[in-house]
Amino acid sequence: MATASVPEHVTRQLASTPKAKLTEMLYQMLLGRRFEEKCAEMYALQKIGGFCHLYIGQEAVAIGALSVLRPDDKIFTGYREHVHAIVKGCEPGRVMAELFGRRDGVSHGKGGSMHLFNRQVGMMGGHGIVGGHIPLATGVAFASKYQKKDDVTLVFFGEAAVNIGAFHESLNMAALWKLPCIYIVENNRYGMGTSIERASAIYDVAARACAYDMASETVDGMDVLAMRDCVDRAVTRARTENAPTLIEARCYRFMGHSMSDPVHGHYRTKEEVEAQKQQDPIRAYYGHLLAAGLIDQPGLEQFDAQARAEVEKAIQFADASPEPSADDLYSDVYSEPYGPYRRSEA
Amino acid sequence: MPVITYRDALNQALREELRRDPNVFLMGEEVGVYQGAYKVSKGLLQEFGEQRIIDTPITEEGFAGVGVGAAMVGLRPIIEMMTWNFSLLAMDQIINGAAKLLYMSGGQYKIPMVVRGPGGAAHQLAAQHSQSLESWYAHVPGLKVVAPATPYDAKGLLKSAIRDDDPVIFFEGETLYGSKGEVPEGEYLVPIGVADIKRPGTDVTIVAWSKMVSVAIKAAETLAADGISCEVVDPRTLRPFDEAPIIESVRKTNRCVIVEEGWPYAGIGSQISYQIQQAAFGELDAPVTRVTGADVPMPYAKNLEHLAMPSPARVVAAVRDVLYLD
Repeated sequence: MATASVPEHVTRQLASTPKAKLTEMLYQMLLGRRFEEKCAEMYALQKIGGFCHLYIGQEAVAIGALSVLRPDDKIFTGYREHVHAIVKGCEPGRVMAELFGRRDGVSHGKGGSMHLFNRQVGMMGGHGIVGGHIPLATGVAFASKYQKKDDVTLVFFGEAAVNIGAFHESLNMAALWKLPCIYIVENNRYGMGTSIERASAIYDVAARACAYDMASETVDGMDVLAMRDCVDRAVTRARTENAPTLIEARCYRFMGHSMSDPVHGHYRTKEEVEAQKQQDPIRAYYGHLLAAGLIDQPGLEQFDAQARAEVEKAIQFADASPEPSADDLYSDVYSEPYGPYRRSEA
Repeated sequence: MPVITYRDALNQALREELRRDPNVFLMGEEVGVYQGAYKVSKGLLQEFGEQRIIDTPITEEGFAGVGVGAAMVGLRPIIEMMTWNFSLLAMDQIINGAAKLLYMSGGQYKIPMVVRGPGGAAHQLAAQHSQSLESWYAHVPGLKVVAPATPYDAKGLLKSAIRDDDPVIFFEGETLYGSKGEVPEGEYLVPIGVADIKRPGTDVTIVAWSKMVSVAIKAAETLAADGISCEVVDPRTLRPFDEAPIIESVRKTNRCVIVEEGWPYAGIGSQISYQIQQAAFGELDAPVTRVTGADVPMPYAKNLEHLAMPSPARVVAAVRDVLYLD
């Protein structure tokens, strides 16, 4: 009975993906969820300041997409990026330390929640101006082609970013010059409190690729295997043909836009949010793995306990890390010292 | 020593640096097939090919961002703005991207990028094509801002800018491109952040950069006929700013006139006069005075445009004013 209703991409991915990778993805989803839940607590305790945007509900998008990358591939993200950073290889402790504004943070406490960077693992940042990072990712893809390398660049942004000029300018250049860049729209249906229907003249985001004769796909962003399947095709296209792709991942955020925004209110109803939570991407993926005999309930519980322990460890690491020194105020403004400016040792 | 144009000096700098480092590339509107809107990139496509001399669509924000991204992974882009007026479309990439990435990544991403092109007024180009935006960019920590006045400085500073590991905003001048000066053959650099005395003098210090250096020198020549000796100091770089030679000059002359093509309000001259009064308040015999562009959008009519621009006559009047001569 299960076999008949299993979508083709699920069967394909379950058959072709190593078991360890399949279960690792489930663990990453749990880790991402527990990390973000802990962030909400830490925000309430004022250990995290500023703007803080949580990824709860959207985990399948980043985790499915990143599951097909090589370590030398690069990613750019907007400001809802804690989970992308961790999955790309940033240590959770160093991400939490960044959120705490501590010296051992991935950006040495200079960036915060919206600006997580780690050059070693190809985490090219966390960027705070909606869509402003899309040209940067296009430039990294340009550099890969210029240097005749076959690494690819993924850039994540929300559906609200597709109405800014930088999005269109980037897609035009990427298609014109054939750049290995993959544009992933995390369509969670709301740009802050404005629904896509109230912001976009067309609902179908992927259709915008037609304007640039670019390959595109619309994918269920609540389905981690669908994401993996789709991004795998795009990565192959980028690596072998230097061809860009626009992917629209339809997803939903279970939390407010940021920590200062309630889960539901003026722009969406409690009923809508509750109905969406029935499509929880972690539960759905667990269902597939359970049906395939790759995990059972005790296995899930063990993963969850492990994820919670890793988050606890991250908190301990962040708590133990010192604040930046006063000297750091003037460090790394310029690459060479002048006047009050100097370089950090980092 | 060979005498060449400012345009050819820039062309030599580009050519030498493109030959020196394969990571250097030039990108912008009309830089390749058209040979540059102002012919600064003449012949470069033929020598370096379309991989390195890249014609772009009209997409300033897009290609400025491509430059920042390419610089993040170690290339050394030279981004040409056909004029600096068009850079306003690219402000997000330059200010939120290029200027901040090293800092907000905790020192991980250097941005060795040059953005260059002509700034300021030319001849009757009206309000949208005549702006001097130096103070906009010099305001921003993380950027370096260079504005050379002579062919010699243009070549040496552009080479330094291309080798610099930080984003450099490089102001040329449409009406400077045809100006001539001595440029030695062979390799030399002019360091970023070092001022130059363009004309020594004893009675009044005139601070001027880019196109305004020639305005200041013409004024100094006129004043010399009346026995007034002006020292013209060209900071050459507006950030980092080489304060010491200006302060030293003011300590000698006790008077200062700053000539700036841009608008007066929150202009570079305001900053310089602040620094002078901080460092040499007790040694000033007159308030620091500015000669600036008129505080209006640039008009088209020839007579009005002339009135809007700093001129040697206005500088002469300002110098006489600080000497209490009239």
